[in-house]
Amino acid sequence: MTQYLLSVWHAADYTIDFSGDDAQRMFAQVSRFNEELEASGSWVFANGLEPAHTATVVRPVGDPATGFDTTVTDGPYAETKEVMGGFWVIEVADLDAALEVAKRAALACEGPVEVRPFQGE
Amino acid sequence: MTVRDDDVARIFRTESGRVVAHLIRRFGDISLAEEAVQDAFVRAAERWPVDGVPPNPGGWITTTARNRALDIVRRESTRTQRHAAAHHGSPDTTAMDDDLLDPDETITDDRLRLIFTCCHPALSSEARVALTLRLLGGLQTDEIAKAFLVPEATMAQRLVRAKKKIRAANIPYRVPDGAELPERLDAVLTVLYLVFNEGYMASSGDALVRDDLCDEAIRLARLLVHLMPDEPEAVGLLALMLLTASRRATRTDADGDIVLLADQDRTRWDLALIADGHELVRRCLRRNQPGPYQIQAAIAAVHTDATTSDVTDWDQIVALYDHLWSLTPSPVVQLNRAIAMSERDGHAAGLAEFDRIDATALASYGPFHVAHAELLARSGNTGDAAAAFRRALELTEEPSQRRHIERRLTAMT
Repeated sequence: MTQYLLSVWHAADYTIDFSGDDAQRMFAQVSRFNEELEASGSWVFANGLEPAHTATVVRPVGDPATGFDTTVTDGPYAETKEVMGGFWVIEVADLDAALEVAKRAALACEGPVEVRPFQGE
Repeated sequence: MTVRDDDVARIFRTESGRVVAHLIRRFGDISLAEEAVQDAFVRAAERWPVDGVPPNPGGWITTTARNRALDIVRRESTRTQRHAAAHHGSPDTTAMDDDLLDPDETITDDRLRLIFTCCHPALSSEARVALTLRLLGGLQTDEIAKAFLVPEATMAQRLVRAKKKIRAANIPYRVPDGAELPERLDAVLTVLYLVFNEGYMASSGDALVRDDLCDEAIRLARLLVHLMPDEPEAVGLLALMLLTASRRATRTDADGDIVLLADQDRTRWDLALIADGHELVRRCLRRNQPGPYQIQAAIAAVHTDATTSDVTDWDQIVALYDHLWSLTPSPVVQLNRAIAMSERDGHAAGLAEFDRIDATALASYGPFHVAHAELLARSGNTGDAAAAFRRALELTEEPSQRRHIERRLTAMT
């Protein structure tokens, strides 16, 4: 079994009207998909993320000789055109099984889904 | 009996894919399989000149490579992952001996699995081609690099990354089933077609290496047809390759200049390949599940049926392009259909058809401009013809194509 990160991506300036038909349809699709995923036993963890501008970055400053301190700055860490909007962590037999799940995920959330393996134990 | 390096090299070419595929299934580790097979051939190069070539060289290599792989696994048994992988694939050594009783069956399946792994859509197109040639074709990294005109280090890195991805992402080692199969088989056929075309089109590079690529693509396509005899598109692709390759020797003259289809010495076409190709075309068309490769093979079959260019059945070829267009409506199909129509109905009809082609889509496709120029020239419009030839010239670096276009251009002015 291998664990995979299924991340959903969209444009950084993407906004959604939560009360609108599009959002309602998507929520219904995604929650149905989540239920199926849990029932199948492949579910490890999943959630959506707040928009990228809500992110904060903590980074180490210094060097090994003098020791490290940290700074806190507003995020996101990388200014990109596309940001991760949420993700699933699943555990399945192999990539083909993960891609099957990802196909359903992409259709449910109506956006591109990146499938990336976690490092093995 | 004398054994030359050539013998070992030849046997490597024909046997290594089989043994590598077998060991990958056994041990779940591509690099280990490659290392063990390489070592087995080094042993062969040492032993065979002394002991003679064994009666079953493939079996000898398989056994030697498998023992070698077990040695490596044992020695590195601290690397728990490999060890686990080895045991996962083969719970005990009895199972391995049983395997020897019927090696052909399982090894055949192993190669089919490996083709689908190498051509997995999760890998880049370049990586699929490189992996297929390397693992199934037994080509060395420097040979593949030379064939695709990239530095050896680039090709080596491409292969390493692809193998790493297969391992890390856990790309499965199996033949896809049912609903998945058509799309995945299509990916495999595309890789083989790319390899063949890279060899045949000679966009640049060493002619010998290029011929090698054609032969390799044909060998792999034959293997695929042998493994999946019920897939008409696989048969169609093999037929297309054979019929195209049958004209290989006549495509250029002694100076390496291009000879057009109409001017080729048809008595020098390879009759054995043509007979093979025709038989395969008949075989797949009988199934009545036509696909793009089968139709292109049928078109090639009509060309090779004509003993001279004048007696080519252009009516049939136009009909086949119509059919192809209904399956894959691409501008290149439209272009070829227009050329066939100009042969059947004359240059005016051909030019009218050219006007319907999406010229923007083919703007950087050299053959489009050459074909257009030829038709314009036939209609007496030498000015536009020369402009189209000049455009084609800007689009190719390949010396024989450039000489051909330059000659035609001189004729216009």
